[in-house]
Amino acid sequence: MAEIKTKDFNEPDRTQMLDRLWEIQLKYGQITDTDILKLSEMYNLSGIEVEGVASFYHFFHRKPTGKFTIYLNNSIVSQHKGYTRILETFERETGAVLGSVDRSGMFGLFSTPCIGLSDQEPSALINFYPFTNLNAMKVKDIINKLKNNANPKSICDSPPDNIRYTPTENKSVFFRNFIPGTALAKASEMKPNGVLDALRVSELAGRGGAYYPTWKKWIAAKGQPSSPKFVVCNADEGEPGTFKDRVLMNSQPASLIEGMIICGFTIGAGLGIIYLRGEYRWLKAKLEDTITEYHNLGLLGKNCGQIRGFHFDIRIQMGAGSYVCGEETALLESLEGKRGEPRTKWYFPVEKGYLQQPTVVNNVETFCAVSNIIDLGTEHYLKLGIPGSPGTKLISVSGDCKLPGIYEIEWGMTVAELLELCEADDPYYMQVSGPSGECISIKEKFRRISMLDLLARKDIRCGGSFMIFNSQRDLVKVLMNFAEFFKQESCGICTPCRAGNFIIHRKLERLDSGMAIDEDLIELKTWGNIMRAASRCGLGKTATNSLTIAMEKFHPYFSDKLDKEFNGQSMKFDMEAATREYEIYKK
Amino acid sequence: MSKLINLTIDGKKILAEENKNLMLVARENGIFIPSLCYYEHIEPPLGSCRVCTCNINGKNGPACTEKVSVGMEVQVNKEDLRDIRKALVEMMFAEGNHICPACEKSGHCDLQHMGYELGISSIRFPHLFKDRVIDYNPSRIVMEHNRCIKCLRCVVDVHSKDGKRVFNYLNRGNETYVGVDYVEEAKLTDDEIMNAMKICPTGAIIVRGVSMSEPFGDRKYDQESVQDLRHTEKKETSGHPKILEKKIIATVSLAGCFGCHMSLLDIDTDLLDVIELVSFDKSPLTDIKTFSHRCHIGLIEGGCCNSENIETLKLFREHCDILVAMGECAVWGGLPAMRNSIPLSECLEEAYLNCVTNEPSNNIIPYHEDLPKILDKVYGCNEIVKIDYFIPGCPPDANHIWKVVKNLLWGEEFSVLYSEFKYD
Repeated sequence: MAEIKTKDFNEPDRTQMLDRLWEIQLKYGQITDTDILKLSEMYNLSGIEVEGVASFYHFFHRKPTGKFTIYLNNSIVSQHKGYTRILETFERETGAVLGSVDRSGMFGLFSTPCIGLSDQEPSALINFYPFTNLNAMKVKDIINKLKNNANPKSICDSPPDNIRYTPTENKSVFFRNFIPGTALAKASEMKPNGVLDALRVSELAGRGGAYYPTWKKWIAAKGQPSSPKFVVCNADEGEPGTFKDRVLMNSQPASLIEGMIICGFTIGAGLGIIYLRGEYRWLKAKLEDTITEYHNLGLLGKNCGQIRGFHFDIRIQMGAGSYVCGEETALLESLEGKRGEPRTKWYFPVEKGYLQQPTVVNNVETFCAVSNIIDLGTEHYLKLGIPGSPGTKLISVSGDCKLPGIYEIEWGMTVAELLELCEADDPYYMQVSGPSGECISIKEKFRRISMLDLLARKDIRCGGSFMIFNSQRDLVKVLMNFAEFFKQESCGICTPCRAGNFIIHRKLERLDSGMAIDEDLIELKTWGNIMRAASRCGLGKTATNSLTIAMEKFHPYFSDKLDKEFNGQSMKFDMEAATREYEIYKK
Repeated sequence: MSKLINLTIDGKKILAEENKNLMLVARENGIFIPSLCYYEHIEPPLGSCRVCTCNINGKNGPACTEKVSVGMEVQVNKEDLRDIRKALVEMMFAEGNHICPACEKSGHCDLQHMGYELGISSIRFPHLFKDRVIDYNPSRIVMEHNRCIKCLRCVVDVHSKDGKRVFNYLNRGNETYVGVDYVEEAKLTDDEIMNAMKICPTGAIIVRGVSMSEPFGDRKYDQESVQDLRHTEKKETSGHPKILEKKIIATVSLAGCFGCHMSLLDIDTDLLDVIELVSFDKSPLTDIKTFSHRCHIGLIEGGCCNSENIETLKLFREHCDILVAMGECAVWGGLPAMRNSIPLSECLEEAYLNCVTNEPSNNIIPYHEDLPKILDKVYGCNEIVKIDYFIPGCPPDANHIWKVVKNLLWGEEFSVLYSEFKYD
């Protein structure tokens, strides 16, 4: 890759902290005290500050992780597809217990939240290479091969894209034969203002799930006087059940790169950074190849796309396992080589983002949409979808259906149509936009999926994840899985999210054990509201969304779970459980 | 000086410098907004504790990260906002292991102060009792992780002379804690290390060998509220106003030290009036072992640490119209709950086998069918039965207890003074 530092601007050394930590982790399987000391000297920081960074990301370990490090996905879809059996098999075959390394130091076995392969669960990463559709036989086979020193790279799966549906008659926006350079050439003709107009007309809005109008973000960054400016692609697709960005990067990397270049051209930025989640390390080579190809075509670098005076380069920054880094300000902190803690809203990223410079942060799908809209023209795009919500949307379908995968739907499709397309089997409730989103009952199957409704009362706004659960699934178990996820993934900086998620999880355990009373349900709801009102970022604000909604929509189910003998005075108390520890100790 | 602008807080028109921190503006105008992480000279503000959550121009957000602007409308004292802020402070109590009676900083502690100001008598959340190991490694300080509320003050404000951080967050989520850099810590001057203790809003950073000059009871937050309390409403009466007949009270000490019962007697000569008005049924004061009547009030001291406590507590619930949890132990477990973050086996071994005062060769852990069984942890009374009222304190002030009892029995209005409301 050609080394072009645009506008003579150098990123400070500390921004490479995560890269250095990755190198050490991959090479030695752990980050030792000596490494921490070396890094702290290198960056002139105290040891504790470096340790703070290393301990924030769950792919960095302070203890050995074995020659082969296995991360088994523990998301709810994986749980439903046989996580427990696969885990048992891994434990038996490797001799390692979950969360540790076996005696020989060969295998380290860990669990991790969704790794973006929900359409082929159960799945795992071994030395960050994907292994999908696992079953006991397959696990046995993999471990045997590894014991004979096979390279995980050569025996891993190459996960299929599973693109199940695109709008008919070649109307697909995302999955088409995208020719590098065409969109940029058109953008160059349209000039920055033309691009902004096109985005405004096409009503493109942030596809990460927040749906902030893209043109507004870009115009705000364009108007900032300070320089340099940055373009950041949020490829930290961490919402459980989402894998659309994985498929886009695997099948359409050119449209992503070109979308970023067009953004750089429009706002006057010189550097683009793709923040790729650690779980997608296996996709990195593909993106790098595409970047090289763009360099070779003259579409990146000095005067790129033959636009005089426009110098633009793109680099990739690997994340290291942290859901909260999908929050844009946390992502910026992480890019700067710090702990991924969301910032306060003292400034917006378009004012002071990466390195306190104006920065546009957009999702993978948004950048892909930009280049395709510019290439296809807004007229074509506006014909798709419904008025007020034009175009198409990628939905990652997973869970209880025959055809999990990517569905490029026209906005306005109903839940019922989508369920039919994916051949859902006895759908009972659906989790839309991941754990932080909304849960819907099959009774609402005639609701449309669109971005029309700001409060999602009528239509459903889907960020990308669509998990289907049949009537045999235990809703409280699902919600506990989500609560556990948020408990682990909270950054820990603000009280309502750090303590609140922990507390909610405890309460759900009580509910699950049948000891809860009506009041507990009311408390769960009000506590959820407190977290929503007081949390620092979207993680804490939305962590209890599904819980609150589920309690409304599935009220009879929750009532059934309550202690029916409660007389208003004495609570259920499990004396046997409470004295068990003492009895066991004395025996 | 910057431009003066108009804004309103709770409907009150206020003139303030544009872009000044909302926290400061409120403070200067006598409007109390609770806060813990906010520290005037730290810029930009931390916004980590969220205890100053208000409604600003229609949106909820912390006051400390807000700059005042023209026409800004702020609501502070709305019922729901007060409850949110109270809940956040309660969350900190539930999350850490805050044992005020055993804390050096008691009376100087901002967290405790907020509890007093907001009138928190019991925590709505279950205590999490996470095991937090105290760090004795630093040369000059002790890092008491049980008390840390992760406000970020020390992380951002304390630097060694090389400009390096001495404190930093480690880990993530509910595992987050503030780690100390031993090398940099050793470089701090005496003043700097004292400053670290001073800026800590709780007793998490304790400098070795330093004694507190003021005695408990006379400290910064012990006597007076910072709020203008003239407008705060009196506690609602919810008793049972009836003809003045003699009322029956039962009391018990479960996993407690009888300290609350001792405090009960501290009303001195008022005791003579009380005897006229009430009679005691089952109680250690009368030594009556079983209930002979239905009682109006049951006063419970202590939490539940064994199976007998549970049974007694349920018996009280059956025989009393109103149950009052009296003192920290009854409210949430209190001092005995210090064992909740330690495995039961370790506790038993420490108490019965390895204890220095044990007689040699007489070391057994009691276990007999006639003896109560030790529970896995100490439970607050409201985890077992419905508790109607809570009186905090270790022990609670005698006046506080009798005010509650009298109010409940005869429905009289009362208000507890700031100086009577205590956790230690």
